[in-house]
Amino acid sequence: MIELRDVHKRLGARQILAGMTLSVPKGMNFVLMGPSGSGKSVTLKHVIGILKPDSGSVQVDGQEVPAMDRSQLMTLRKRMGYLFQNGALINWLTVFANVALPLEEHARLPKGELDDRVHQVLRLVGLDHAAAQFPPSISGGMKLRAGLARALVTNPEYVLYDEPNAGLDPIISRQIHELIARVRDELNVTGLIVTHSKACATECGDRIGILDNGKLGVEGSVDEMLRSDHPLARAFLRGGVD
Amino acid sequence: MNPLAHIGSFALQRADRAGYVCDLLVRTAMYLPRVRRRWRFLLDTAYNAGVRTLPVTMVVAAFAGAILAMQTGIELRRFGDTAVLGTITALSMCREMGPFITGVILAATVGSSMAAELGTMTVSDEVAALEVMSVDPVDYLVLPRVVALAIMCPIITVLSDLIGIYGGSVVAEFNLGVSPTLYWVSAKEALTSSGMLLPKEVYVGLLKSLIFGVAIATVSCAAGLRAAGGALGVGLAVQAAVRNSVILIIVLGFIITWFFYFLAG
Repeated sequence: MIELRDVHKRLGARQILAGMTLSVPKGMNFVLMGPSGSGKSVTLKHVIGILKPDSGSVQVDGQEVPAMDRSQLMTLRKRMGYLFQNGALINWLTVFANVALPLEEHARLPKGELDDRVHQVLRLVGLDHAAAQFPPSISGGMKLRAGLARALVTNPEYVLYDEPNAGLDPIISRQIHELIARVRDELNVTGLIVTHSKACATECGDRIGILDNGKLGVEGSVDEMLRSDHPLARAFLRGGVD
Repeated sequence: MNPLAHIGSFALQRADRAGYVCDLLVRTAMYLPRVRRRWRFLLDTAYNAGVRTLPVTMVVAAFAGAILAMQTGIELRRFGDTAVLGTITALSMCREMGPFITGVILAATVGSSMAAELGTMTVSDEVAALEVMSVDPVDYLVLPRVVALAIMCPIITVLSDLIGIYGGSVVAEFNLGVSPTLYWVSAKEALTSSGMLLPKEVYVGLLKSLIFGVAIATVSCAAGLRAAGGALGVGLAVQAAVRNSVILIIVLGFIITWFFYFLAG
């Protein structure tokens, strides 16, 4: 379970998070929405320990993330995957080598076993045919799917998705949403998804929270949020922001 | 802003950057035992550094040696002592000019490219991606680059020393009328007359180039890893990498020469 309690964070002159409280139960996809610059990605970076809060608590399975030393953070991160907006693939490595990277660095698997595991996740995201290609020669959607394969290759319990459909056309976006939902259903992975997209929120989310002034302004299940008369819910889920 | 506050903030910023470079160097040194895991990337980087810099370094070294021989030879001829031209050119190239030329060219070509590569990776979240995969960017990105330049800088320096001495010999023969045999015999004597395996000038020069290689790679990687703000930030990182590397080459060159010729005797 991911839990943030009364988290405050200031970056430079701006107060980004101001009393952020959030709870993501296991096996669920929680969608975090909000205007640009409202602190969605900052929230993800707190969960994975890239940023530390000025005050408040960030816990994963009861362990306080900001209090972790480097080796504890490394252990935590091995249980987590992170999908960046553009996939954040290493440009000079092939898609296969990118996906294999976390296993080569940590898992010490025999070569055959490592290859099988990488091809297995590449098949899951529909990218086995592009294993030998380099990131500059594949499309944005393929980069995202490769990034997701890399996030999943270590069998994580949690995956954090940062704008998983930014800049993609509706067809590719839908494929990514279906993939995120499959990851939850078939692999029982807990997801925290940051997005602006109503389609993403409704197609792959279980619960939706919308940030307002550094904390959750409104939160509920997808159905509750779609029916809600809260101005934020109306603006993001019924106002056609997609 | 109050001028004093401005100076204070500027000094703090510089101290912060210098501290980051020192921290990066220490962390890189701590990963040295793992360098064998990075051998492929290390060889790639070393090969690229050699291929990219060798032609330019050779041209610059040849002309630097020629200029050195010409300037020294003009004065020596007035005293009728051109017989020592080979000695002076060989020692100056090995002690100072060879490492300096190689360092500056490596900073401008390889250092700038390291800062650009790492800067682009930083602003496009690739470095953050390594961190969330529990892969330390210092181990994965910085270590092979620092070791590659620490190996390549002395190798390229030896070649530029030789080419520089050769450039000097051409000027000595055609402009100053010094016989090639005399020039090369005096140069060879200068470089072999020590009781040690190598004369002091050669090993001081090689030590300098090793330190320059480490400094250029560390400063350039630090600039890249601290890049922020998209393409503009990458451009500023490249600028900072070359500027700081050249300053360091000059300052470290002075300190090493002072240490070996004035402090240690």
